[in-house]
Formats: sequence, structure tokens, C-alpha cells
Amino acid sequence: MPHPGVPHSWFRNKDGLGLWEGRGKVVATGVGTSPTARRWDEKPETSMGALTIIAIRKAIADAGISPDEIDGLVLTPESTTGVSNDPKTPPPPGWEKHFKMASFPQAGITRGDIDWLLLNTPELKNVKFMMNGAMCMSVSFVAAAEAVARGLTQTCLVVRGWHNLAGRYYVGVGASALNTASGPFKYSSIWGLPACGTTAMVFEEYCRKYGKSHDQMANFVVTQRRNGLMNPDGFYSQHRPEMITVEDYLTARWIAKPANIYDNDLPIMAALAVVFTTPERAKNHKQKPVYILSHGQTRPEMMGVTPTLEKWEQATDRMGRILYEGSGVGPDDLSFENMYDGFTLFHQFHLEGLRYAARGEKRGYALDLYETDISIEGPNPVSPSGGNNGNGRTRWWNHRDTILQLQGRSPSQIRKKAEIGVSGAPMPDICDALIWSATPPV
Amino acid sequence: MPKQSPIPDELDKPFYDACNEERLVIQYCTSCRRYQFPPRPGCTRCGNNASVQWRQLSGRGRIVSRVVVHDTPTSSLIPEQPFNVAAIALDEEPDIIMLSHLPGTPVDQVPIGAAVEVIFETTPATGQKVPEWRVAG
Repeated sequence: MPHPGVPHSWFRNKDGLGLWEGRGKVVATGVGTSPTARRWDEKPETSMGALTIIAIRKAIADAGISPDEIDGLVLTPESTTGVSNDPKTPPPPGWEKHFKMASFPQAGITRGDIDWLLLNTPELKNVKFMMNGAMCMSVSFVAAAEAVARGLTQTCLVVRGWHNLAGRYYVGVGASALNTASGPFKYSSIWGLPACGTTAMVFEEYCRKYGKSHDQMANFVVTQRRNGLMNPDGFYSQHRPEMITVEDYLTARWIAKPANIYDNDLPIMAALAVVFTTPERAKNHKQKPVYILSHGQTRPEMMGVTPTLEKWEQATDRMGRILYEGSGVGPDDLSFENMYDGFTLFHQFHLEGLRYAARGEKRGYALDLYETDISIEGPNPVSPSGGNNGNGRTRWWNHRDTILQLQGRSPSQIRKKAEIGVSGAPMPDICDALIWSATPPV
Repeated sequence: MPKQSPIPDELDKPFYDACNEERLVIQYCTSCRRYQFPPRPGCTRCGNNASVQWRQLSGRGRIVSRVVVHDTPTSSLIPEQPFNVAAIALDEEPDIIMLSHLPGTPVDQVPIGAAVEVIFETTPATGQKVPEWRVAG
């Protein structure tokens, strides 16, 4: 059964909208994270769907509530940025012994599916509100926030799983292996750019404009790994618990110079579920409520094959204005920022658009900031979650950690008091972001 | 460079037909007075289909950025690594970026800011021509 996407009228994507009407009416409480793996071994019990069910059950347990209380489910169905099976591909042998089958054969394998999830988590008996937040879990967080604020659901799960099939993501397979190119990507794919290529191009423009260098990224990338290794749920802490050094970064192999291997995030298998509810109901939840103060969106007005530095700066400036207008807070109120980092070379656009830790600067200061103490112990924690770069590709470690930071239980808890945080993803010009608070708005 | 051959569809056939005639044409919205590329069913700003027409460009632009690709996903280009990919801003609309391998420019020696002019390269699989760019003068 098809489920609706997020109505456009819910998006806050322009200036002048004032304070968000849902400000302080929605909170996050329980968080559930699945185990991680590098690639799927084709066993049903380690599939993306199975991980998603694990995450859902952990989130409900973490909130300390009964599954009966869940009356909403918002899901991001896309579960990779790489290769998926043909939608008609049947599940592997034995699948039907583990899971009830939905009408879509790849449900739970290479695509999330609300109907499949509800069939296979029978304890979720009271879900009435269902919605798909396309492409990124950021969209699902916004959808759930609006739905709770509008009274469409009282206690809502926000869910996303990620799959990663065997093989080298999309290198030399599928469309990349053909001698012809079709579809909308043909305008760029014939030039052979890897995924990080356009980001690297804009980063190059940024460095030239502001007199910066790729070497200045080193402390940020090393700090990302350090923060990620503190997270027992992250891929690196579970499977590759080795720290990297500045020297490792500066001598790493190029993918698309100036983007090297450490500027790219590692595709993994993982799932996250978060419980959203009203402040009133949260009084009966086990975890401290984290209030959503506002959200914002940017979407590109595509003119060329790749974005430009000017467009990314305009988009992230707009995001900063929208978030601060809707939430009633400003850059100086942020205890930390957890904007997206997959690829590392665009994190500074998000950071500068928010004017995070600026000292009067508007643009071109982030790489200098990276060379200061940006650790969780320092005065200006940058991406304390470790992000995709420190935990593996999910586009949600940053949101998850923002909730945990404001609850005071992050594995990479910042040392100063965590009062207000921001998280958003993915790209500078295609982003959904939220401002969160440890306390209700005054 | 052994590029993949793009397969034209109904929407972008005028663009690729013009390439085969060694002309660079892209869409222009007469209402918004604005170019756009890649081709879309309507103007990406006003949404109007009727106001979008094809216009021929001068074929001149400027290099605004570049990368050196060391790990391409595209099988046919793997033997060519490392290679340049440059971002070309069109003279008529600098917000529109096209990509180029910059034939004739040594790897990692891309002259940022240099003027470029369009040439057309035949792709091996189908013979479809595509726009390429070389440093002018």
C-alpha cells in the first residue's frame, strides 16, 4: 500500500515564516541503534530489515514505553546511496521462514517498507499515522515533528535502515560498467567523476577564494574519527577500532584530488529508530525529553551539472536564517553543531551558514576553526557525533548524537553543558535541519 | 578519452542532435530570461513549459574549478587515471557548469580562470558527439 510523502506545506524553506508553530510541542525520547556491518552477508537475520526491527525494539525499550503506545511511523524507504537490487528480484532462499512477505519483493532487503515493518513487528498494533520521508532521515525527522505538533500522531517512531551489498559500491558495476549512459546522470557520469567529485570541485573553489588548503582539514577528520571511536554503536568502534593520525590523512590516496579516501565516508549496514512524542506524554518516558525548536529546508534550483560555491553559500546562509528565525535562538546559543559530513569537504559550508563559533566572520573561517580545539573537551565542539566519517555512512549519527548530547548521555558527551544543538543533512543545498533543546522554550 | 556514449531521449534529443552538428545549444526560459542545463521538461524556476526554447551559445566559457580523478567508477575511464575533470562556467550564464576532461591540458596543471572554447568529441560506442572544452588561444 503506498504511503504519503511529506506535504510541501510542512516545509520551512523561506525567510519570513516567524517562530515555528510547533516550537516546544514535540520531543524526542527513546533511541535505538542496530549493530553495524560493512556489507550484507545475505542472511535474513542480518538484513537491513532485520536491523531496522532491532532498532525499533531498542528505541521503544529505551523510551520505557509499551509498543501499544506507538501510533505513528515515519520511514525513509531509500536504504542506500549505492547499488540496490532490481525491485523485482526475489528474496534469497529462507527469507520467508524469517519474515512475512509484503507485496514488494525487495522490502527489508534493499528498500525500507512501512507495510513490511508492520507485518514483521506485530507488537506495533496501534499505528495509524504512516508517512515516508524520502531520501534522508532528516526529512523523516521533520515529518514526524510536524505530525506530532499537528496532533496527527501522539507517539511516533522515526526509522531508517541502510543496506550495503557485496562488491565495490558502484565502481565498475551496473551503469558504470556500460559503454553507454542513459537517464539524468548521463550529463555528468560520462566524465567519470566519483561521488565526491562535485564536492571536491566546490571545495577547491572555496580554498582558492579564501586562501585555504586541504591540509587544514586534517584536525577535523582526525577528530571525527576520535569522536566516532567513543561510540560503541559506530562501525569503526565495532569493526576497525584504530585511530588515524594527521600524517595518515596528509598522505592518504586521492579519490578525486582534493578529496582523499578519508574525505569519503564508508558505506555500511545499520539502522536507527527514534521515539517522538508530546512533552505531556514524555513525562511517562524513561529518557529525558529533547525539545524541537524548529526545522528548515533547502532545495537546489538546478541550473548546471554541478553546484557552484556561490549557490552552496547562498543555500547554507538561507538555512541558518530559517532555523534561527523559526527557533528564536541564535548562533551564540548553540552548545555544539552536528551538521552532516559525508563528504568532509562540505561540512564547513553548513557550519559557516550557521555562523557557528564565528567571531564576526561570515565566510571562510571554518578551516581556521578546525585548526583550533574543536574536540568535545574544547569551547567549540565541532561534530561531536563523529558523523558519517567517524561511524560509517548513515546520514543519521549526527541527529542521534544531538538527542543523546542534550539528554546528557552521549558516548562523546561534550564537556561544557549541552543546552541547544543543531543537526542536519545531507548536502549544503539539499538539506533538512533541526534545532533541538534540552529544555522547553521560554 | 573513451567516454560512455550518452543515449539521447525525447527531452534532450535537440541538445545531442546539435552536438552532432557541432553546435552547443541549451534551454532558455523567455519568461525568466534564464538558461538552464541539463534539459528539463519546463523551467526550473517558473515551471512554464511553453516559455522554454533552445538557444545556441557562443561556445565560450571559463574554468572555475577542477579535480584530478584517481578512482573513477566508470569502467571505460579506469585505464586513463589519473585524469582532469574541470568545471566550466558558460560565458552566457556563469551559474551553469559543464564538465570537461580538458584535452591537451596536462594532469593536475589546470589553469583556473582560463578562457576555454567548446569542441566536440565523438564517443566510441555509438558515435554520438558530446561537448568538450580546450584552453583558448
